[in-house]
Amino acid sequence: MIKSTIGKGVNLGLRRALEDDPKVLIMGEDIGRLGGVFRVTDSLQKDFGEDRVIDTPLAESGIVGTAIGLAMRGYRPVCEIQFDGFVYPAFDQIVCQLAKMHNRSMGKISLPVVIRIPWGGGIGAVEHHSESPEAYFAHTAGLKVVACSNPNDAYWMMQQAIASDDPIIFFEPKRRYHEKGEIADEGELGAAYPLHKARVAKQGNDCTVIAYGPMVRTCLDAATAAEADGRSLEVIDMRSLSPLDMEPVYDSVRRTGRLVVVHEAPSNVGLGAEIATRVMQECFYSLEAPVLRVTGYNTPYPQSRLEEEYLPDLDRVLDAVDRTFTY
Amino acid sequence: MVNGERARSTTKSGGTTRTANKKPTPRKKATTNRSVANVADPAFVQLLTPDGERVEHPDYTVDFTDQEYRDLYRDLAIVRRLDTEGTTLQRQGQLGIWASLAGQEAAQIGSGRALAAQDMVFPTYREHGVLWTRDIDPIMPFGLFRGIDLGGWDAQKYRFQGYTIVIGAQTLHATGYAMGITKDGKVGTDDGEAVIAYFGDGAISQGDVNEAFIYAAAYDAPVVFFCQNNQYAISVPVHKQAKTPLFKRADGFGFPGVRVDGNDVLATYAVTKEAMDRARHGQGPGLIEAFTYRMGAHTTTDDPTRYRDKSEEEEWRLKDPIARMRGFLEKQQIGDGDFFAAIDAEADEHALDLRERVLSMPEPKPSAIFDHVYPNGSPLLDAERAEFVAYQESFEGSGH
Repeated sequence: MIKSTIGKGVNLGLRRALEDDPKVLIMGEDIGRLGGVFRVTDSLQKDFGEDRVIDTPLAESGIVGTAIGLAMRGYRPVCEIQFDGFVYPAFDQIVCQLAKMHNRSMGKISLPVVIRIPWGGGIGAVEHHSESPEAYFAHTAGLKVVACSNPNDAYWMMQQAIASDDPIIFFEPKRRYHEKGEIADEGELGAAYPLHKARVAKQGNDCTVIAYGPMVRTCLDAATAAEADGRSLEVIDMRSLSPLDMEPVYDSVRRTGRLVVVHEAPSNVGLGAEIATRVMQECFYSLEAPVLRVTGYNTPYPQSRLEEEYLPDLDRVLDAVDRTFTY
Repeated sequence: MVNGERARSTTKSGGTTRTANKKPTPRKKATTNRSVANVADPAFVQLLTPDGERVEHPDYTVDFTDQEYRDLYRDLAIVRRLDTEGTTLQRQGQLGIWASLAGQEAAQIGSGRALAAQDMVFPTYREHGVLWTRDIDPIMPFGLFRGIDLGGWDAQKYRFQGYTIVIGAQTLHATGYAMGITKDGKVGTDDGEAVIAYFGDGAISQGDVNEAFIYAAAYDAPVVFFCQNNQYAISVPVHKQAKTPLFKRADGFGFPGVRVDGNDVLATYAVTKEAMDRARHGQGPGLIEAFTYRMGAHTTTDDPTRYRDKSEEEEWRLKDPIARMRGFLEKQQIGDGDFFAAIDAEADEHALDLRERVLSMPEPKPSAIFDHVYPNGSPLLDAERAEFVAYQESFEGSGH
């Protein structure tokens, strides 16, 4: 057991993957000597060399496209996209090439590529540095999409993603990089909590609240606040956004009869819509209220002075929980 | 074979551009008047004139046996015949679409035959001729064009990756693959590995191709970029997209570029061999512009009469890559009427065999759409597949 942060958890996960498999490569902009703009890859180039921790030219499609070629050659590249809003120049390589190559080759080519994306808002940044594009990727067949919310998951999920033969988009909650926690760093990768399983982060009986990534902390805080009002919230960390692990959600909603889905991304055609539809189909007779969503608004991400109004927070989550009791 | 030393030393000093510079064009005019003539500047490496006359080039040569010359002709003729069958099959409703290579046979056979067994090819969707040189059953791409499959041949076995339809995307894969070759230490010797990435004059406008040039240069990747300039990106002629001869772009990225007569199978062989050997010896990437002409439509959905003149097509017909190789064999007296008749008969046999096998390709199983989405599968997809199969089975016995 070691004390860590989410950012350090990612770093340690990358480090262990580099140690365990000589085919693992890290590549991205400014990830070498600088250690990445968030210092998540700090000292990896020093310890593993420029041949394995690669500062790339400033061209995102090139990062992902060459990673695909390296994977065809037998390597396991981990690409860093510096900020969420900079992933779009690589969109074709991700959705048309990385996602579809296994299918196109009728199973003959697998591309074990991980694309790390520091993601989400709340850091007071300028435009393009605070976005939540996960729905684009969760919508794309052939990709798997995960998000970590704590240091232990950052450490283990990163290693699991690298070891997986599926192409994986790995979202890291950048505003939580410095949040502290513990990593249970002993044990084998195979024994870790499965990558594509949701986890109940806090048990409760009155209303289920679903979140992932940065919103898990927000929802746990909301649950603590709700307890003062005598309400017991069950918080589920989805962890895997594609495929969704719905069974723990169904189990929970069948008990609570109420569900609020929380994410920073806009509501329109987002993860919340998908989760709500599936819950409606499976838990129709258990629901005491419609599934509600607390999300970013359907606007471009705003200027930083307004981001606190834009982002879901504890009060908006509790407000939605309250509304589920009015039906 | 290519005189490697000479070619290397002269290419570095821009050997193939010298001819262009000899033109008495005032420098000022050349830089300010970026004209059509500049893009279509005809200076290129040529070893065989359109009449089949063997000519010398200061930097490149080939040295084939008589049988090897005849084999090249056989490749060209069979590949065109198979391509014609592709177009016919589409016209008869047996293929959804066909992308004809007619006119580009020399560019593809010359470059394809210049590759070593260990080299890796990254094609577009028109490289049926290169595919032929990798000893792949020519029926393989027909599954894709008939809608039976998505390609799916064994890329590692044949050293020939799947057809790529998004324009230029494969050049980055080729570059990444070549970066892997360097990491594996498989460059620097005569049996080193190298990669060839095919694309066209339209693709060279794509960001991905330019990023591939950047990455290949930055990491000295053993990759040769083989641009078949067939003069049209569907309907838009190259001079509307480019204001400089395409091979000259290499200068700006920091590696050698050369323009070759793409309808001359000997010249495309020679320049490709030289560039691939340079790459496999660890001397970095190269760009080849094969100056050629798409004699037919972009694909069977296209209608070239809407955007180009018959006279232009006729002009290029006189430079036909197969006719000039035939002329060469006749002049050398190493191919006679019996030989050409035998090749034609063999090509017809291949085409008939191809046709019969295309028509009897088994239909794919509907549930196959779920088979290869993820290497590790997905529980949600498994559930969807079960629903799909149950739905399909609900029709069994009901006449559907």
